[in-house]
Amino acid sequence: MWFWAFVGPFAAGLALFTYVPLVWSVWLSFFDAHNTVTPTEFVGLDNYTEILGDPSFTSSLTTFAVFSLFIVPATYALSLALALMVHRLRFAQAFFRSVFFLPTACSYVVAAIIWKLSVFNGVRYGLANTVLGWFGGSDIAWLSTTSPPWYWLVIVTVRLWLQAGFYMVILLAGLQRIPATLYEAAAVDGARPGWQVFRHITFPQLRATSVAVVLLLVVNAFQAFDEFYNLLSTAGGYPPYARPPLVYLYYAALGQGQNLGLGSAGAVILALIIAVVTVIQARWFGLGRRED
Amino acid sequence: MRHSRSSTTRISRRQLLAVSGALALTAACGSNTGRGGGAGGGPALGQWYHQYGEAGTEEAVKRYAAAYGKARVNVQWRPGNYDQQTAAALLTENAPDVFEGGPTLDQIRGGQVADLTGLLKGVRDDFHPAVLAPKTYQGKVYGIPQVIDTQMLYYRKSLLDKAGVRPPGTLDELIDAAKALTTKDVKGLFLGNDGGAGVLGATPLRAAGLEPVTADGEVGFDDPRAAKTLGKLHRFHADGSLLLGAPTDWSDPSAFVQGLTAMQWTGLWALPQIQNTLGDDFGVLPFPEDGPQGGPSVPVGAYGAAVSTHSGHIDAAKAYVKWLWVERTDFQEDFALSYGFHIPARISLAKKAAKLAKGAAADAVRFTADHGYAQPLLWTERSRTAYQDALSRIITDGAAPDAQLRTVVATTKAELKRVRS
Repeated sequence: MWFWAFVGPFAAGLALFTYVPLVWSVWLSFFDAHNTVTPTEFVGLDNYTEILGDPSFTSSLTTFAVFSLFIVPATYALSLALALMVHRLRFAQAFFRSVFFLPTACSYVVAAIIWKLSVFNGVRYGLANTVLGWFGGSDIAWLSTTSPPWYWLVIVTVRLWLQAGFYMVILLAGLQRIPATLYEAAAVDGARPGWQVFRHITFPQLRATSVAVVLLLVVNAFQAFDEFYNLLSTAGGYPPYARPPLVYLYYAALGQGQNLGLGSAGAVILALIIAVVTVIQARWFGLGRRED
Repeated sequence: MRHSRSSTTRISRRQLLAVSGALALTAACGSNTGRGGGAGGGPALGQWYHQYGEAGTEEAVKRYAAAYGKARVNVQWRPGNYDQQTAAALLTENAPDVFEGGPTLDQIRGGQVADLTGLLKGVRDDFHPAVLAPKTYQGKVYGIPQVIDTQMLYYRKSLLDKAGVRPPGTLDELIDAAKALTTKDVKGLFLGNDGGAGVLGATPLRAAGLEPVTADGEVGFDDPRAAKTLGKLHRFHADGSLLLGAPTDWSDPSAFVQGLTAMQWTGLWALPQIQNTLGDDFGVLPFPEDGPQGGPSVPVGAYGAAVSTHSGHIDAAKAYVKWLWVERTDFQEDFALSYGFHIPARISLAKKAAKLAKGAAADAVRFTADHGYAQPLLWTERSRTAYQDALSRIITDGAAPDAQLRTVVATTKAELKRVRS
């Protein structure tokens, strides 16, 4: 009885808001569901062949794969570097920890708008262009220039700024768990402080933390939507570059398109990709394997 | 146009507070469909408007609703992604009885909006055909046009004089003018932060004498002229004469009045603000023609008042729409001209409006009458997105226009086949 009193509300919420929509979405993906969530016209795999034949969708999958391949190592490296630096501080450690962690409290939407409107706007009084102007450079329209693709600079910097502090705190906790005796033993054995100690003591000892951080980063990259949408969308729509799959599906299914069958098919494909990548990754890192 | 105002830029802090308060209330009350409340007798009707940027509009529409005696009308003012909100609401029983919207082809085909043809009996000819056509499907009218919104090219006379440039009459002249007007601090032309792909849409096709979808429902731009004209648009970008990355987008005249650009493509709604700041130092033009078969191109658009078929009071809702948007011409005129700046959808009202009789406003009315065109109803979202992606690649990346257009033609053909089946 008490089991259901405590678990019941949670299970009901999970069923109602996660499993029902999930199953419903899979069901919708086999129907012609223009402007309806209770379609009647069964179309089999038509939605799947249509969306996989749509170059905008496949190119958005490529975009997001490239983005993940870059942003995951970059965020991890930056967070680790920050954690190592803060860890070595002998004074004001709490201050710097808080300073680097603070951006985490900022919303993606707000940060994206600040980046778009004041830091990286394309006119002469934008922060980035003002700095460029000091060195005699001419104004750059950061978000509208595709060659070179400056918009990636904006997207990547806002994400690093928002996320690095959070993962730094997790890695810092991992660093503080490494017993000091290991370093002492290494010093006795003649290990040189710096790279050698990091390579053979610190980094291997951080393995469990690193696996968790990388998994979280990958999931986060998969879910990229907020900063992309807020940086690049205009009243007229979203440009054909740097378009993550969720943004594409948002326009197909929820925008004026209202093609909920096609949108659901895309969501199912995306979910399958995420599942496969996560399973491979878990195997690769040996997630959940007993430490020996 | 449907996306005429960017709601984010014009929300004041107080409005934001009011909106969050309202949202909190809505959340607290569960499903607030907008029904109930209001004065008057009869059934309760919910009516939705998107958030207009101009002060006084909200009070005005509430005043109109309160003046209706045969039903209690509760107006909801909806900020944010309005088209998404109505699209989602129309899937449910909680849809508003009356709302402003396209309505879109799929909403019509999905049976989500009611046939309003009967409401226009005897006055159908008084509505501007360019804005009535996109509300009409297979001869039936599904939305009563509320106003006409249009877009034009605004230019600074003094800057053109200084550079020795005549107001451009052809696309080639516009490209040359934009280049000549570009200096270190002032760009020649502003077509929006995406380089124009979003706002221009089918406008350049019309300038070449083509259209997205023909009257008999075929692809209207499967023609070498389309590739030729669209290909020219890349020159704005290549010449570096486009303003890009401005803090406000094309729908807001700030970039133009602040002197970031010598010419800007924006809406008629921006005219009062431009006039207040620049006085006489500006002129307006239609999008210039390209090629011997082309002509000036002026996009028009309008929200229509539509009735949801989920409404429990379809007849009462239709009667209210007829009263407000067909019979009460005084309210229609007030709505079009007292707050924002739109052309009344009724030809008879547009003709006698004093505010539209002279200056740039009169030019705008003339352009609309002579060259106005609206996006065809059969030009669906899917086709538009494919076209817009192609246009963006042509303008920004200099992609080959004929190859880009081939995929758009294929997508559009498939969509036309779907909607005609």
